[in-house]
Amino acid sequence: MNKVARAAMKIVQPLIDAFEERTGLIKMMGDLARHPVPPDTGWWYVFGSATLVAFMIQVVTGIALSTSYISSSGDAYQALQFITTQALLGNLLRGMHYFGASAMVLLVGIHMTQVFIMGCYKYPREFNWVTGVVLLFLTLAMGFTGQLLRWDQNAVWSIVVGAEQAGRMPVVGTMMAHFLLAGKTIGGATLSRFFAFHVFFIPAIIFAVVGIHLFLVMHDGISEPPVAGEPVDPATYHQKYDELIEKRGVPFWPDAAWRDVVFCVAVVIAIVVLAAIFGPPKLGPPPNPSLLARDPAPDWYLLWYFALLALIPHKMTTPVILLAPLVGVIVLLIVPIVSNTGERHPRNRPWAVGAVIVIVMMIATLWVEAIREPWSPDFTAQPLSAGIVGVSEGPIANGAKLFHEKGCEYCHQISGNGGHRGPDLSFVGDRLTKDDLTIRIMNGGYNMPAYAGNLSPQDLEDLLIFLGSRRHPGSAASGGK
Amino acid sequence: MTSDGENRAPAPAGEAPLSPERRAFVVRLSLGLMGLAAALVAVPIVGFLIGPLIRKFPDIWRPIGKAENFSVGKTVLVSFRDPSPMAWAGVTAETAAWLRRDPSGEFTAFAVNCTHLGCPVRWLPDANLFMCPCHGGVYYSDGTVAGGPPPRPLFQYPVRVNNGMVEIRTSAVPIG
Repeated sequence: MNKVARAAMKIVQPLIDAFEERTGLIKMMGDLARHPVPPDTGWWYVFGSATLVAFMIQVVTGIALSTSYISSSGDAYQALQFITTQALLGNLLRGMHYFGASAMVLLVGIHMTQVFIMGCYKYPREFNWVTGVVLLFLTLAMGFTGQLLRWDQNAVWSIVVGAEQAGRMPVVGTMMAHFLLAGKTIGGATLSRFFAFHVFFIPAIIFAVVGIHLFLVMHDGISEPPVAGEPVDPATYHQKYDELIEKRGVPFWPDAAWRDVVFCVAVVIAIVVLAAIFGPPKLGPPPNPSLLARDPAPDWYLLWYFALLALIPHKMTTPVILLAPLVGVIVLLIVPIVSNTGERHPRNRPWAVGAVIVIVMMIATLWVEAIREPWSPDFTAQPLSAGIVGVSEGPIANGAKLFHEKGCEYCHQISGNGGHRGPDLSFVGDRLTKDDLTIRIMNGGYNMPAYAGNLSPQDLEDLLIFLGSRRHPGSAASGGK
Repeated sequence: MTSDGENRAPAPAGEAPLSPERRAFVVRLSLGLMGLAAALVAVPIVGFLIGPLIRKFPDIWRPIGKAENFSVGKTVLVSFRDPSPMAWAGVTAETAAWLRRDPSGEFTAFAVNCTHLGCPVRWLPDANLFMCPCHGGVYYSDGTVAGGPPPRPLFQYPVRVNNGMVEIRTSAVPIG
């Protein structure tokens, strides 16, 4: 140590000592950082701290954004445009807030899965699993309310969709919907309400629950990696755990924490790099509820649920809206009640591993479908070209024109053009007779409107001729199957 | 004074511990007072938050346009203002309806919200159908369900012709 440093320490050290004598904070922080943890925790244990880091990024970027954001229904859109296009590093900051949110949702899901797969929620850590479940839903609530603060047309219509879902609740549904809207219509009070939820109410609860979560981590100790054939027995667990810590425990800092640091820094770098490369989600048109050219959809982390509502039988919509979240919460909460002892190692818990695989596959499948949106009419479909139709005049050409004008093409595809809501009709002439087609067109079906009364006899005839002409090359020239 | 309190002053000699009855009383008193304080703070907060639910929603007829300007049989999108927009509502105070002049001369105003999840439905004039972009709900021109997941017909707004002017009565966002 050089002379200057020694001289500086002579002045600073007494101040540090005086501070420590009066607060004890330095010793307390040191004890916390160096508390003994089980050995060999490895890289599986980094996701909890990474989730916390993602949350802290959300807090600091959110605070910075709030210095320019205006939580006024009439001004927020312009404020967002200013932040995105004019404010110094505003675009990057919005991007960091978006990718930070995505990271938080992703990491909380991975953390929860890891805790479940490794049986870390079992005795004596059942209550910490419960606080984790609460944090999972608070994180999703932050995601949804945050998406709405991106106050464009998608946000406005997403609020209406959210209010409609709340409105499905029996007895108090309409009241809940109006509570979300902060009135009976979208208006001046709506954004302020969601801003307060996103910035004050929910974060305050998250801070409190994270505090309890971390306290319980310290109180119960970090769960030791599971060993196959060593089940959890409440009668002996504490004795075994204490012996493990006493004999082989290592200080959290730095023996175990270095992996958390490495992974958390990687998360931060990933968030900043993704924000710099891709930027924040583009702002849509202004939040004018009288503009209807919008297909509102939630951000990616709730998109799978939107797909679920599209794919279930229509009569199941209300039960699913009301019961699915409730069942999800209940199932997650009773996990540590029905299974808080026994094997922890995934090798000996095939049902647990199977459940995770099924849930992940289900959500992934719904995500893929949500990106395709096959249930959504394709309003961008253009009239079929003469090359596809095969002729440019006559009944077949007129039928093709009607196929577009009457909206058939929004839901049915022909030769790669059109929507996916209904069956592909590229070769419908091979599989349906003229009578079959007539019945379907005139009577409609589950998702299809009945066109009886909406088509003149001549239009129907032309449409039938056109559809009958949609055949594989080389099949019979006319008449259908 | 050191941190272990070796120089701490002795407790006053006459101070006796509370009796069990008195201790139970002061516990109840303290908890009650805390509950009272919490209620004093919470009541105005909760009242403020649920205020929009009990605020009277005024019925206001908004003029849309002269009746003669609407063609018979045509369905058009019309927009109008909320009944009591806040000064800072901006464009969010706007709302819309699909207005049709029936052959009888009567007007029908449909809400733009799909009855499935509230998404904005579009009118396809050539197909004579309303279609919802979200989950493919379809309605006939009279608002009845033609296909897809909507559980009920499109909601309608009260509409009238007053001194030759078409007027729509402002209404709440239609909820299930």
